[in-house]
Amino acid sequence: MEVLGRRDILNIDRALGLYRVLDEDGNPVAGEPSLPDKLLLDMYTYMVRARILDGWLLKLQRMGRVALHAPNKGQEAAAVGATLALKREDWLFPSYRELGALLVRGMTEEEILDRALTTIDDPLKGSDFAIYGHRKYNIVPAPVPVANQIPHAVGAALAAKIMGDKIVTMTFFGDGSTSRGDFHTGLNFAGVFKAPVVFVNQNNQWAISVPLKRQTASPTIAIKGVAYGVPGIRVDGNDVIAVYTVAMEAVERARSGEGPTLIEAVTYRLGPHTTADDPTRYRVEEEVREWERKEPLRRMRRYLISRGLLTEEEDKALWSEWEKRIEETVVKVLEKPPLPPEVVLEDVYEEPPWNLREQMRELRDSIRLLKELGVELE
Amino acid sequence: MPVMNMVQALNQALREEMARDPRVVVLGEDVGRRGGVFLVTEGLIDEFGEMRVIDTPLTEMGIIGVAIGMALYGLRPVAEIQFIDFVYEAFDQIVSNMAKIRYRSGGMYSVPMVLRSPCCGGIRGGMHHSQSPEAYFMHTAGLITVMPSTPYDAKGLLKASIRSNDPVIFLEPKSVYRTIKEEVPDRDYTVPLGKARLVREGSDVTIVTWGAMVYQSLEAAKLVEERHGWSVEVIDLRTLFPFDRDAIVESLEKTERLVIVHEAPKTVGPGAEIAAYIAENHIELLRGPIARVTGFDTPFPLAHEKLYMPNIARIYMALKKVMQY
Ligand SMILES: Cc1ncc(C[n+]2csc(CCOP(=O)(O)OP(=O)(O)O)c2C)c(N)n1
Ligand SMILES: [Mg+2]
Repeated sequence: MEVLGRRDILNIDRALGLYRVLDEDGNPVAGEPSLPDKLLLDMYTYMVRARILDGWLLKLQRMGRVALHAPNKGQEAAAVGATLALKREDWLFPSYRELGALLVRGMTEEEILDRALTTIDDPLKGSDFAIYGHRKYNIVPAPVPVANQIPHAVGAALAAKIMGDKIVTMTFFGDGSTSRGDFHTGLNFAGVFKAPVVFVNQNNQWAISVPLKRQTASPTIAIKGVAYGVPGIRVDGNDVIAVYTVAMEAVERARSGEGPTLIEAVTYRLGPHTTADDPTRYRVEEEVREWERKEPLRRMRRYLISRGLLTEEEDKALWSEWEKRIEETVVKVLEKPPLPPEVVLEDVYEEPPWNLREQMRELRDSIRLLKELGVELE
Repeated sequence: MPVMNMVQALNQALREEMARDPRVVVLGEDVGRRGGVFLVTEGLIDEFGEMRVIDTPLTEMGIIGVAIGMALYGLRPVAEIQFIDFVYEAFDQIVSNMAKIRYRSGGMYSVPMVLRSPCCGGIRGGMHHSQSPEAYFMHTAGLITVMPSTPYDAKGLLKASIRSNDPVIFLEPKSVYRTIKEEVPDRDYTVPLGKARLVREGSDVTIVTWGAMVYQSLEAAKLVEERHGWSVEVIDLRTLFPFDRDAIVESLEKTERLVIVHEAPKTVGPGAEIAAYIAENHIELLRGPIARVTGFDTPFPLAHEKLYMPNIARIYMALKKVMQY
């Protein structure tokens, strides 16, 4: 039988297997990874920051100050590990569950909180919830309809190729998102045009209440890349070193003109889907307990301590330092004034056409009248 | 008679229709174990099983395309789009197929399905959990578009929609889901498609509205009555297309003034069609210009949504303009 295709590139074993560097308890599975100590400590610090910030966003939502939050807990390694492989000039097309990726790109906790609380400094001017981004970090804010960003990452990568820029784009999306047309058309284009893009699938096992087996009959998500001529690599998404390692390989492939890669980071959403969700309706507690044992921070902490790169005391100090810094930022941001109402009518076009100019008058008149009537709307 | 909110009334409508007619199936994202994100399909999977209450992969195009195929073959699918803001992936299937198969097949095939979905703003849902895209559907020949504003109407209209032989877009104003409660009969009844409801009688000016804006309009009506003594009639359109032109004309014969209130943006919005219909056919009834109070011509914002949506002040301003013309 004749075998079509390049088996070597579309290595099916890597799409069906699971790459890891550390086991669930933080012991190296095959030799010591040879990464600089500082990088290993940075990985852990970014994950700690993401975890603390995630907790605050949850708390602020319960206080009624944030409209909605999609908890990241348990998925920090995939976001941090993958984005650490990017260079500053590379572009990121995130989804709504990658606080760690935002921090790695240089976004500050204050910028993230301004966004979430739609303060006067909200860089996205109150447009939507649970999405983050900023031009100065080459992070394009996610659309809430899932998977929409996937073809955008392909298009931007293709544009860079056409314009002769040696940059790479990376996009994040969930397991449920792979059922949408955007995912399939994105992979197909990327394969055909060898776009310098890295697809990072955060397979957290659930799309709200729908388990992975209801999304796909494929044995893995990574294997879907193979059918589009895009190498798929399945990796332990709770092993930050493993994620970083495969992301580096994918980024380098893309940058050297060899085309796209689909990375499936196998992980688990430990919290609810969003602050509006109640996971007890659809999943059992034992499953969550089991994945708590495999969560990425515990694993990395144990590894760093066993390598002598971190002591218990230093770990405590790291946590309390960031807890303090982030709490101070929260207090500061909570005191900022809200966005002015006029933002509602801004940024629809470069210049507002006549209808929006008229509606600006209507808005202002209505605000005056509401005051006169003594009516509080929000 | 039991008192219910809209979620409970819709749930009962689905339950009764599924029990009455084995061809009725429910499909969508999270409609099974989760019971839908707003719990409209809660418990159905226990009663009717996984073959009739189907948790689908996450693709609106797939949900609607597959539901169309089911309807062609003989089922009566009720497909849930989790939020109407996510329907756009399915537009090709809706516009090119759901709406056109009857015509394309010379009447041999039809697509008796319901696309039901939470719509509209008022719950701090931001840009992609708040939209009112009814105009797209009203503009598409072959579709019936419905939006109830009360639990009673929700149950009766959903049952009528499931029994319709034409495809129905059934939009549920989510801000009303749990805020309005009323007596809803435990028994089978329908509310006819194409018929408006007179919500409040008045003699000076008519407000035509639907969905959650019924309640804003009632508040504004009360305000101008107190302040100016103007008597406002409020009509809840319920079926947006084909809309109940007779109900509007009958009211205008009395009031001679028209204000249209909807959450959808103004430009080429649903109100434009109603205004054009009256201007083309009944200009003689009107004493002055028609006014529209609508969502602004922008994406739906997260910040200041209550200022973006028609509110008591903006409806008041329009009533004043029309009354003092
Ligand atoms: C097109 C679209 N349909 C439905 C939704 C509602 N929704 C939000 S998140 C979600 C599940 C997404 O699952 P997955 O892609 O696995 O990402 P995760 O939330 O698990 O990170 C759904 C159905 C949406 N945002 N967009
Ligand atoms: Mg998921």
